[in-house]
Formats: sequence, structure tokens, C-alpha cells
Amino acid sequence: MPKDHGIGASSKRREDIRFLTGQGVYTDDLNLHGQAYAVIVRSTVAHGKIKSINTSNAAGMPGVLAVFTGEDFKDVGGNPAGWLINSRDGTPMREPKRPVLAHGKVRHVGDAYAAVVAETHAQAKDAAEQLAADTEIKDLPAIVDMAAAVADASNRVHDEIPDNLCFDWGWIEDNRAKVDEAIRNAPHVTTLELINNRLVPNAMEPRASIGEYFPGTGDYKLTTTSQNPHLTRLLVAAFVMGIPENKLTVVAPDVGGGFGSKIYHYGEEALVLAAAKKLKRPVRWTAERTESFLSDAHGRDHVTKIELACEKDGTFIAFRTETLANVGAYLSNFSTATPTFLHGTLMAGPYKVPNVYVNVKTVFTNTAPVDAYRGAGRPEATFSLERVVDKMCRELNLDPFEVRRKNFITTDMFPYTTPVGLPYDTGNYHATLDKAMEIANVSGFEKRRAASAAKGKLRGMGLSTWIEACGIAPSHLVGVLGSRVGLYDAATVRVNATGNISVMVGAHSHGQGHETVFAQIVADKLGIPESSVEIVHGDTSKIPFGMGSYGSRSLAVCGVAMTKAIDKIVAKGKKIAAHMLEAAEEDISFEDGKFAVAGTDKAKTFGEIAFSAYVPHNYPLETLEPGLEETAFYDPNNFTYPAGAYICEVDVDPDTGKVDILSFVCADDFGNIMNPMIVDGQVHGGVGQGIGQALLENTTYDENGQLLTGSFMDYAMPRAEDVPFYQVDYSCQTPCTHNPLGVKGCGEAGAIGSPPAVVNAVIDALHRGGHTQVKHIDMPVSPSRVWSAIQG
Amino acid sequence: MYAFDFERPKTIAEAVKALGREDAQALGGGQTLIPTLKQRLASPSVLVSLNGIKEMIGVRKEGDTLIIGGATPHAVVAKEAGAYPALAALAGAIGDPAVRNRGTIGGSVANDDPAADYPAAVLASGATVVTNARQIAADDFFQGLFTTALEAGEIITEIRFPIPGKANYQKFQQPASRFALTGVFVAKTAGGVRVAVTGASEDGVFRWTDAEQALSSNFAAGAIAGLKVSDDGMIGDLHGTPAYRAHLVKVLTGRAVSAA
Repeated sequence: MPKDHGIGASSKRREDIRFLTGQGVYTDDLNLHGQAYAVIVRSTVAHGKIKSINTSNAAGMPGVLAVFTGEDFKDVGGNPAGWLINSRDGTPMREPKRPVLAHGKVRHVGDAYAAVVAETHAQAKDAAEQLAADTEIKDLPAIVDMAAAVADASNRVHDEIPDNLCFDWGWIEDNRAKVDEAIRNAPHVTTLELINNRLVPNAMEPRASIGEYFPGTGDYKLTTTSQNPHLTRLLVAAFVMGIPENKLTVVAPDVGGGFGSKIYHYGEEALVLAAAKKLKRPVRWTAERTESFLSDAHGRDHVTKIELACEKDGTFIAFRTETLANVGAYLSNFSTATPTFLHGTLMAGPYKVPNVYVNVKTVFTNTAPVDAYRGAGRPEATFSLERVVDKMCRELNLDPFEVRRKNFITTDMFPYTTPVGLPYDTGNYHATLDKAMEIANVSGFEKRRAASAAKGKLRGMGLSTWIEACGIAPSHLVGVLGSRVGLYDAATVRVNATGNISVMVGAHSHGQGHETVFAQIVADKLGIPESSVEIVHGDTSKIPFGMGSYGSRSLAVCGVAMTKAIDKIVAKGKKIAAHMLEAAEEDISFEDGKFAVAGTDKAKTFGEIAFSAYVPHNYPLETLEPGLEETAFYDPNNFTYPAGAYICEVDVDPDTGKVDILSFVCADDFGNIMNPMIVDGQVHGGVGQGIGQALLENTTYDENGQLLTGSFMDYAMPRAEDVPFYQVDYSCQTPCTHNPLGVKGCGEAGAIGSPPAVVNAVIDALHRGGHTQVKHIDMPVSPSRVWSAIQG
Repeated sequence: MYAFDFERPKTIAEAVKALGREDAQALGGGQTLIPTLKQRLASPSVLVSLNGIKEMIGVRKEGDTLIIGGATPHAVVAKEAGAYPALAALAGAIGDPAVRNRGTIGGSVANDDPAADYPAAVLASGATVVTNARQIAADDFFQGLFTTALEAGEIITEIRFPIPGKANYQKFQQPASRFALTGVFVAKTAGGVRVAVTGASEDGVFRWTDAEQALSSNFAAGAIAGLKVSDDGMIGDLHGTPAYRAHLVKVLTGRAVSAA
């Protein structure tokens, strides 16, 4: 019998009532008295020297209040990189300044170099157009291709970085010789060169920011589309603007999707604050969709060569990769962590492979910055591994299911530290593979293939067995790895006098459903109705210092902080109850919302205890403070390691190259499940994005650095008709061993595990159809690419 | 978007007059024009909406001819053009519901996007484009990318489709825009078979006359097996090479014949 409330129940998402009835309040919905409108002037060339900007015409146009250029911000700080990565030779990465507005040079199409603020949006647009016409930019050759960028020292994105290289990272460098040796001596080596295609996150809500300044107090307020308001406050206040943190409030109200792109601080946020201070009026900016394409941080964009060395029976001996990772024109906040510690550390997969070495060269180009996007590094690792394993199975004529089984880490081996340094605490990879095969009815495939063949279609089946590290992150570990921040989270549980509860959390919900799930946990732990619990997030003036939501961390980190705060509430409640019930504290039990004296029928309800805490007439005031409010910070001592097996079946139309996904089976191990319906939704969304990457989405710059896929007319997003009815299972549960909820992250899993399952299925279909010359097709596996591959 | 005046005439005569103003621009459903204006790529002084002209909206049948008013939205054609099922099906598969409820047949045909669906139907059907001033045969109407026989200020008031004995439209969607990467409309008429191709050519919609000849003598997919479509002049872009489009023309023609 499924539960109807509390932990494990599919409670309906309470936030959907406002989202689905148009009553959400997003940044652009806010209208403030006296507000002015900012429009950003963006570069139309990929690389150029700013010769002159004549602001006088624009400044004199109707309604124009202020004009800003890079000159106005040259003395404030740059937007910093959050991780310091060292190269193989020990030298630190190159960190060029990322200014609020470009100064001296523009470095990608869409690079912001000026801004106009006016009484109306239309007036600001007109003046921005004038300003662009009054700007002289000398074109420089665009640096787009990564291999060319590192080969040509004369053409530089940043003048001070001669080879356009941010760093050359080896993981683990000390193992390199040993891995090389193992590959040299291996009976079989499979090599695969592949591209992990660049993606535009395309959150439904574009970025938007409103700056306010209050001259009477000197306070600032930034309302913005952020996944982590405290982190944004820290970056804007301390690093860029140089204003005290306590003079700035950052509010991220309802946010319409982020997928990583709204983790980062962007220059527009500093701009609206500076403009608000100058004008002493609220200043607002909302991106147009084209601006989102050009200036949101993109995702992925790796070019990788992977080698798999193995015995003839498919037993893995070594993995070795060489990757060029694009960071674009500037370092976005997490851009140096994504291709390294979120990628290289996963390169052992769920396998007991003894030798792994990862090399990543991270390259500056004249393209938009690239940073973490749903999965962030882990999809790149998984795609490389699962594609090369699939290719090896074909080369050696081995069963891909059996090869995985043979190489999986077994349950008796945990805790297990991989050669790339991650200590996996628990898992059962055989169980999820068995479950996926059962649901997918693998043994019935041949019959289904024959049915497809009768319709002229080529049917194929693809497998991906994935693992990831999330619940980001143990501060002690990431500190060693180069992180410049801690990655704990925090929650305050405030029991109100009437017994209902406000919970202030550092996590930020921008679609995930925290308001529902967190309330379920609180209600379950305290034995009260879910409707008595309100989750407050997204406002630095209300919530404790938490690090926001990304890296599938909300539940595994902030959720745990919340339960620890609840534990404190219960402990204090027991003290109050002991006094009221005239019993010893150790004799008080708390169950189903009641504090009771063990072995008696004497009890007080949670509500009575709460009331007593705030109306302390009969209360141990000598030893206990009144009130019932507790805060907890929680820093995990390890990542969580969700894992699973995905099986995809496709039909390929050999006449057109079109791929139809017929079924997609997910058997995941997320540990304990708090709300199955929301987990379903997270997996559906993640797999949808993975299918988008595999079949549809591509970000193409031409040789001049112009974005050819700058609108939905050319950038193909997945739609309902492109995805099947997913079959999602999470019954294989190995609870996380190091957090008290036993939970692992589920938000990114689908996007991590699915792309190789899709591509493997397409290659399988082509091979079964006789097109055995096709070894690989780069994503997106579009109809024209499949057709071209079939032609040979 | 730049500022502009807006007029919504109630009759064709009023619309013609309004379109006489300097830099006036007719507005059908706005599915191409409004995004263009939003990007500040056009700056008409006045937009003349044709949506308020009742005589230009609707579907009616006269004998063997289906007549569709120029301001009729795609959704209405999809619902009411049952006498010409292939045309109704085509209209029902344009864009998405929002596009189909705003976009109009006259707007689509006048715009003559090289990847639009309607031009293939108009050309393959041998339809007649009726304007406020004259009647134009389909073969004379389409004159290249975004180029038609329309004069400045001339309005498509209706399109007259002779209903063919058999017809079918096969669209292969461009993955992003869902316009036709290549689309083929085949119509078996009393005067022979007509095959019109959209989405593929750099010159816009065109008739594949080799296929028309082969199919006129034998209306079966196998009749075109020996034909080859040249990739010369075909569109090459992110979504398909000229060779791929040329290949699709033949595949889709065969499928349209089989489905007709």
C-alpha cells in the first residue's frame, strides 16, 4: 500500500497550483515604482578590438537616463572562477579577468560591452541601437576550433595567454606511466574519437535581474534568476562590486528552470545594481531569447579520444582519455571544475578497472562561456565510457550485457575507491542491470526486431550502465581539489507558537519541487500534517547561508541539514515535555507527534509543546531558553553515488535516417525515495534532455564565430513527440551510508545515463541492418547524419 | 519592434486603400512577420490586418473546386476542407496549434517561404490564386525564394483548388523549426499527375516534371524507381546536405504516391 503522506508518499506538488494557473511570480513579473529599463549592447563579432565608443548620441536620445561602457567598470572586480585547477606541471590555471562589461576587446558574439538605461524599454532599445552604430570595433580573426586555438600562439582570446590554454590537467598524473604501460601490453585496445556536443540550456524563463538601491540606508537589493541567491550575493558583493554582504539582499523568486545556467553570477546583475545606485531608481533587465542563446553559459563541448584496453574476454584493463574542453571566452564560475573533478573522477564508471588516466586540456575560444549544465562533466564521462565499451563489444563480438556484468564492482567490494580517487560507499550495479533487462524484456527483442523489419525499419537496442557523483559536496574533499567555496548547506526550522512550521532552506527550487518534498520530510519527522509546513527559500534576508541547488544536492545536503535541525527541535521538545510531564528527559519518547513518558499514558502533543515554548508559563526557564527554532548546517563527508542501467530501443528508417525511440527503460538506484512521483518527474526530465542531446540539440558556430543555431528555428529542442513513455524503476535501493536519510541525488541521472543508450541503440540498429561500416555517429544523431553514415 | 500604426479594415476595398499608404505592410496571421518585427528587421509605417475581413475567411465548395478565403487560419482549413482530405491533412500538420490558429493560407502563400507547406499544395493542385485585382495560375505565381507574382499592395483574397482524384502530402520535418526539410505534394488530376516539392530547392517550390511524366502513365511508387533527383541547386544547411534533400524528394514522392 503506497503511503498517502510523509516520506515515501507521492504527495502532489503544491507549487504546481501557482505555476499551472499563471500565479507564479517571476523576476520579470515584478513592477516597481519608478523603474527604468536597461538594454545591453552586445558584440556582433566574435573577436575584436574596441577602437571607440561614442556615447553622446545615445545619451541624448529621448528617455535615456544613463549609458555604461566597460570604462565604467574597469576598476571593479572581475567575476571569479570558483575552482583553482593546476596543470600537470603544477602551475596554476590561467585566469583572465571577466569584466562586468567588456573593456578593450570583445571576445564572443553576444559579449556585453555597453548598456543603456532609459525610461521605457523601447527607448532603451533605440538608444542601444544608436550606441552600436557609434561604436568602432576592429575585427580580429575568430578563434573557434579548439585544436587550432592551442596550435596557433599568435591569435589569442586573451592577449596574456599565448596558447589559449587555461590548463593541461592530468588525473591522476602519478598513474600515467602505469596506465600507459598497461595499455601497451594489453591483448586488445579499442579507440574511439568522439565529440560531446555543445548545448544551450534554454531554461523556459530567460535570465532577468532588477537592481534597487536605498539611499537612506545604503542598502542594495538584487532580484534575479538564480539557483543560489547566497552564492550570487557573495560573488556580487565581495568579488565584483566591493559592497559589504550585509548591505545587499539577493532574492531569487520563482525561477523557471535553470539546469545549471542560473548557478552563475552574470555581469548584468552587477550592472543593474550599479545603475540603480547611480540613478537612485530601480533598474530592470530581462534577456530576450536571442540574448539567452548568445550569453547564457552553454554546456558540454568536449572533443575526446578514449582508449579501452582489455583482455580478449572483455575484462577491462585500462581506460585512457585525452580531451579538449571548451570554456569559451571567459571562465564562468564552475567552468574549471566541470571538465575536471566532475568528469575525470568518474572515468572508472561502475567498473573494477585497475588503470585509469584522464587528460583534459581546457581551451579559450571566441564563443560563449561553457559551464555546468545538468549532469556537468558526468554525462561527458559516461558517454565516452559507454560508447567505447559498446564499440569494444562489437570488435570482440561480445555480449554488452555480459561484459558489463563481468566488470562491475561487486557488492562485497564496498566501500571501493576507484583509480580516479572517488570512494564509492555503496551500490548494486548487477541488480539495476538485471532489473532493466527484465523491464525491457531483452529476451523478446528478436521478435520485436522482426516486426520492425517487416515495416522496413531497422530496430536496435542500446545499453548504458552509468554512475555519477552528486550531493555536491564534501567541503574537505573539494577544498583539496581546488574549490574556493565550501559546499555544505543549511536550514532553519521555526516552529511557530500555534504549532505550524516555517522552514528556511539554503536550497533553491526552480522546478524541483522542494516545497512539497521538504514539507513531507518535516511532517513525517514531527508527526504533523504536511499542510502545516511552509518551505521558505530564495531570499538571503530570510534564509541561512546555504549554497543553493545544483549537482543533485538539494535533498542529500540541504534536506539532511533540515533533518538535523528537526532533531534539535525534537531534543528541545523532550526537555520541555519532561518539565511539563514531571518526568526525566531520558524517559520521554517522541512518536507520531506526541511526547510521552515511557510506560505511562502521560503525553503532550507537538502543538502543546510548541505553545509552551512561546507562552512559557509552565517552563524550565532557568535551564532552557523559550522559543522553538533551530538551525543546522550540514557538510556531507562524501558524495552520493546514484547509479543505474538504461536500455533504449529505437527504429531507424533507412530511407530517411530518422530515429524513433520506441522504449526507454531506466532502472536506477537512488537510495531511499522521498516522493516517487517527483523522482519519476526528475528522471523523465533528465532523460528528455539526454534524448535531446543525443538526437536533436547542437550548438554550431561558423568559422567566424557566428552562432548559426541562435534561435529555436535552428536549435532543435526535444518535444513530447520525440520521447517515448518512459519506464522508470527505482526499486533497487542501496541507501547512502553516510547521510541519515539514506538518499542519493536523482536530478541529473537521466541526462547523464541516457545519451549513450540512445546512440548505442542507433549503432546497434545499423549493424543489425547490415551497415557494419558505421562505427560511430557524433551527436546529435540527426536524420541527415544517420543517412550519410548509411551511405558510407 | 519599432512603433507602427495599425489598421484593421472590414472590407477588401478598405484594405486595398490602407495598403496604399507609404511603407504599409499587410498582416495575415503574423507567424513570420511578427517575429521579424520583434527582431527589428522590418519597420513598416502601418500594419494592415486582414483578419477582420469576413469575406476573406472560410472554406466553401463549388462543384469540383474548393475555395479557401485568403485570411482563413490553418486550423479552419484542417477542420473544414474535408472535401480535399490531403489539403486538410497538410493544414493540420503546419507548425503547432498556436501557429495553426493564427497563421493564414494567404499569408503563407504570399510570403512564399521556401520551406512552407502550402506552396506545395497550391502548385501541385494547379490552384488559382485570386487577388483583389486578378487571378493568377499557380505555375505563374511562385517565382523563387520569398518571391511571388504579387504586386505591392495586392491582396490574396482566396485560393481556388481544383479537387484532384487522388492526392497526398509527405513532409519530412526539419528537426528544429518543424518546417519542411523537404515536402512533396502529389496530385492525380484529370490533366495528369502533378508533383510539387517544397523545402528542398534554393529556388523555392518547384515541380518535379520527370516524376510527373512517369506517374501520369503509371501512378505507382515503383514508377519513379529509375529516376534520380539532381542535387544541383538543392539547399545545403545544418540540417541536411543537397544530396540528402535530393534523396528525400524521391523517397517522399514514392511515399506520397503510395498513400494517395
